[in-house]
Amino acid sequence: MSEGHSTYTPKTGLGRWFDARMPLPRLVYDSFVAYPVPRNLNYAWTFGGILSIMLVAQILTGIVLAMHYTADTNLAFGSVEKIMRDVNSGWLLRYMHSNGASFFFVAVYIHIFRGLYYGSYKAPRELLWILGCIIYLLMMATGFMGYVLPWGQMSFWGATVITGFFSAIPLVGDWIQQLLLGGFAVDNPTLNRFFALHYLLPFMIAGVVVLHIWALHVVGQSNPTGIEVKSKTDTVAFTPYATIKDAFGMIVFLFFFAYFVFYLPNYLGHPDNYIVANPLKTPAHIVPEWYFLPFYAILRAITFNVGPINSKLGGVLCMFGAIVMLFLVPWLDTSKVRSAVYRPWYKLFFWLFVADAILLGWLGSQPAEGSYVFMAQMATLFYFAFFLIALPVLGLIETPRRLPNSITEAVLEKNKGGSGHPAGATAAPETKG
Amino acid sequence: MSATDTQDPNRRDFLYVATGMAAVVGAGAFAWPFIDQMRPDASTLALASVEVDVASLTPGMSLIVKWRGKPVVVRNRTEQEMKDGEAVKLADLKDPIARNANLPADAPATDANRTTPGKEAWMVMVQVCTHLGCIPLGQEGDFGGWFCPCHGSVYDTAGRIRKGPAPENMAVPVFKFISDTKILIG
Repeated sequence: MSEGHSTYTPKTGLGRWFDARMPLPRLVYDSFVAYPVPRNLNYAWTFGGILSIMLVAQILTGIVLAMHYTADTNLAFGSVEKIMRDVNSGWLLRYMHSNGASFFFVAVYIHIFRGLYYGSYKAPRELLWILGCIIYLLMMATGFMGYVLPWGQMSFWGATVITGFFSAIPLVGDWIQQLLLGGFAVDNPTLNRFFALHYLLPFMIAGVVVLHIWALHVVGQSNPTGIEVKSKTDTVAFTPYATIKDAFGMIVFLFFFAYFVFYLPNYLGHPDNYIVANPLKTPAHIVPEWYFLPFYAILRAITFNVGPINSKLGGVLCMFGAIVMLFLVPWLDTSKVRSAVYRPWYKLFFWLFVADAILLGWLGSQPAEGSYVFMAQMATLFYFAFFLIALPVLGLIETPRRLPNSITEAVLEKNKGGSGHPAGATAAPETKG
Repeated sequence: MSATDTQDPNRRDFLYVATGMAAVVGAGAFAWPFIDQMRPDASTLALASVEVDVASLTPGMSLIVKWRGKPVVVRNRTEQEMKDGEAVKLADLKDPIARNANLPADAPATDANRTTPGKEAWMVMVQVCTHLGCIPLGQEGDFGGWFCPCHGSVYDTAGRIRKGPAPENMAVPVFKFISDTKILIG
């Protein structure tokens, strides 16, 4: 609905002076005030805003922490403990940063599942979706490298295992691994470059976020019905409607975040990371951060050789393949209907997929032995089947429910059915057409 | 181009191609130091060999030295361990290749090929699990060799993978005895 013509009219002389030279206020006004959003957005749509403030919070706490941190294998662990004990409010900044990473991922997973449920990736939003996938990849790289910096046992061995993936690549694997590590094992050069990149990547994320929002503002937001905006009555102005709703979502989200920061600051971490890294001793049970667990489970599920591909390379291929699936979703899904609300079978498979992802996460935290391995193999199979079989096939065989003619109609229908819903709250005066 | 015909190829074409080629070569030459600096530096490579005094190791004793940031075990094996290692048939091995950097890449994984001639009692081996890089525990597991607690890989007394997810035998680094009691690794 952003039809190009701006409704911004500067009211002051200074405003007009600026507008004629660099219309930044106009850009902000058009993007975050007058910008029309579908009137039926639910709270699942507030996570974009939540992710933005989490990114800003991570960058702010991170810059401050970097002022007290030392990226040297002999000093890193001690400097983090110094932040915790000596630096004023250091404990709070570090707990905000480490739990902030976790909550960043909580928000991004809800955001991704929202997109999958409502078919937000379908034309014309493929590029928007892919930019999101790139942000997710950058987040994973940033999170992984950040976890190495405290130079605890999990830092060291997590880095060893994850950079070990690259040694599975035939022929050039060892060379690439040495290139990443700057040596033959995880050591000081590794820590230094990880710190430099951990500082850089969030700004790259911010850059891709700008592209993500740009793409969003070209095609407009999707909405729970998956029907495109057809008339002015289908939308409301970003401010105050979306602004207030986003703000409320953020506050509730930050309640949970604050609860973890103050009452469970180490719940999502691992006690082994409070032991300084020892290259000669492996912890009994290596686990990555929780947000990587489903992929870790997929990695370990491949215990068998397939033709020329040995189990190690197979595991690595499946793990990266699991992420590649996300990039392909816009083309794997053959259905013309976007929203799972009108797709009974897809809705079922979607929730099975959510359960499968959670199951994989749990399996990733368990030792890779006995029945866990078989369960992980089955869950991996379902993971890929969802993308490669369910998405293409369901679109062809499923009979979707009747779609409303417009967003407005869907909203009014819902309010009629709902008992005692205050009609004035949502049924704004509107004329069809 | 202009309406007036010029010879083909003309000066513009030449400049166009030459500029493009200079840009490509320049971009490649500019990118190289950025990649090159990531490789192991001189100080890391300088640690590429270590000398170990093994005079104090009686049969049944091991020591671990750090070589290239990784633990290398030097073990003076007992008679029994050597016998166990020699008794294994090649067909029973998950990885039939010696993985001994001192031998050709396709040498079979016999007990002798895992050690060095004349010093068969001595195992010198990078004690890193070939699965995901954990450090196995010595003299544990079903085969009396090494056992990796991470994902349950079991190695025999010659460091050969026998059970579990690891794909390869543990690596034998380049090493030699420079005297009866001194080993040079790397």
